[in-house]
Amino acid sequence: MLTKRIIACLDVHGGRVVKGVQFVDLVDAGDPAALAARHAREGADEIVLLDITATHEGRQTLLETVRRTARELFVPFTVGGGIKSAVEAAQVFEAGADKISVNSAALKDPSLISEIGKSFGAQAVVVAIDARRDPEAKDPVRDAQVFVQGGRKLAGRRVVEWAREAEGRGAGEILLTSMDSDGTRTGFDCELTAAVSEAVNIPVIASGGAGSVAHFADVFGRGKADAALAASIFHFGVSSARSLKEELVAAGVPVRLPC
Amino acid sequence: MRVTVIDYKAGNLTSVLKALQHLGAEPEVTDSDLSVIERADRIVLPGVGHFAATERLDSTGMTHVIREAVKRGVPFLGICVGMQWLYAGSTEATGQPGFGAFEDQCSRFPDAGEKVPHVGWNSLEVKGSPRLMAGVKDGEYVYFTHSYRAPVGADTAAVANYIGPFAAAVERGNVMGVQFHPEKSGETGLKILRNFLEWTC
Repeated sequence: MLTKRIIACLDVHGGRVVKGVQFVDLVDAGDPAALAARHAREGADEIVLLDITATHEGRQTLLETVRRTARELFVPFTVGGGIKSAVEAAQVFEAGADKISVNSAALKDPSLISEIGKSFGAQAVVVAIDARRDPEAKDPVRDAQVFVQGGRKLAGRRVVEWAREAEGRGAGEILLTSMDSDGTRTGFDCELTAAVSEAVNIPVIASGGAGSVAHFADVFGRGKADAALAASIFHFGVSSARSLKEELVAAGVPVRLPC
Repeated sequence: MRVTVIDYKAGNLTSVLKALQHLGAEPEVTDSDLSVIERADRIVLPGVGHFAATERLDSTGMTHVIREAVKRGVPFLGICVGMQWLYAGSTEATGQPGFGAFEDQCSRFPDAGEKVPHVGWNSLEVKGSPRLMAGVKDGEYVYFTHSYRAPVGADTAAVANYIGPFAAAVERGNVMGVQFHPEKSGETGLKILRNFLEWTC
């Protein structure tokens, strides 16, 4: 049976993990390679590394971080943050990423999606969408506003139509962050996630708002998410992907338990 | 051990190479040099993307050299589209013949209200006692990402279920294929790759 994926997300700045899932007993809790390996061992189905520096000077550091993290990682590995061109994407793939995620650059030039997909396959292109419900729209959920530049600027697109266009252009997956829920720990935006998931035929990864194990069960059920991002697992009382998954199994959610 | 990894310009080889190196093999990549295939101890054909890309194997003469190597008993492993290529062909690119080691056709998952592609970790059911699956127990999970698949047949080594059963792995003699990505399937995937590297006639 196809299982629901729990994806560990590491925010990286200057080669160090600055936010995300941390382990108190790691000697170097800020090392992306050590953290990624630990998550994989604990049962994370996938690792996402988001470069929040995303400056020109930071690129070489990022590539070195990707190379080091990928070396001993044998689960899917996605890298995102500031990838602006197919050439930059190619460098990240060569460093060892299995997928790249694009956000602002794809909104600016949607042909970037197909361009990367042509060389590396659609499965390797994740389109990240940051969206906020629009109370003034006829359908505040389906017509949620899409934002760029880390949520600072309106993109002028609506979430469902943009997700559909991304799919049509060859995106392999959608990573959907609810800006309303992000950081609240009150649960994922299940309506938003379901609206996007039902509108496309590619997997949707839910992000933003996780505060308890029940929130994951909810977004996999009501939210129709195919995967969920766990950015700060420690903040809600489970110590690892393994214990999160054990609780999900008990709640009847199909997930892969690590051997 | 010289493991020849064939590059037919369909996606990124880094992960496959990394996993092979991790297991102590010395992978050597070729996109046209037939002599690298001729001296291979093992041949791996990875591949993501479109079945039509396998045309490059024919136009470069690699298909012929692979066929000769397989006849000599060199173990061959196709991954994802590389496994599909072992069949007669795929409805993804009807004019493009496959290697033909297995006679079935690959086809797209039908529309059944489920998402296509099939992406994520799915469980295996091992059929018989294929050498590639040695030590793999029923219910172990591996990572898939694909829209086309081969039907279950006599040579199916493992079955997975998504909109019905399909061949997750195939094996006949020294010719093997896996629809999933062993290089991205944690310990289970590494075990399968190790079985391939340790395969002896």
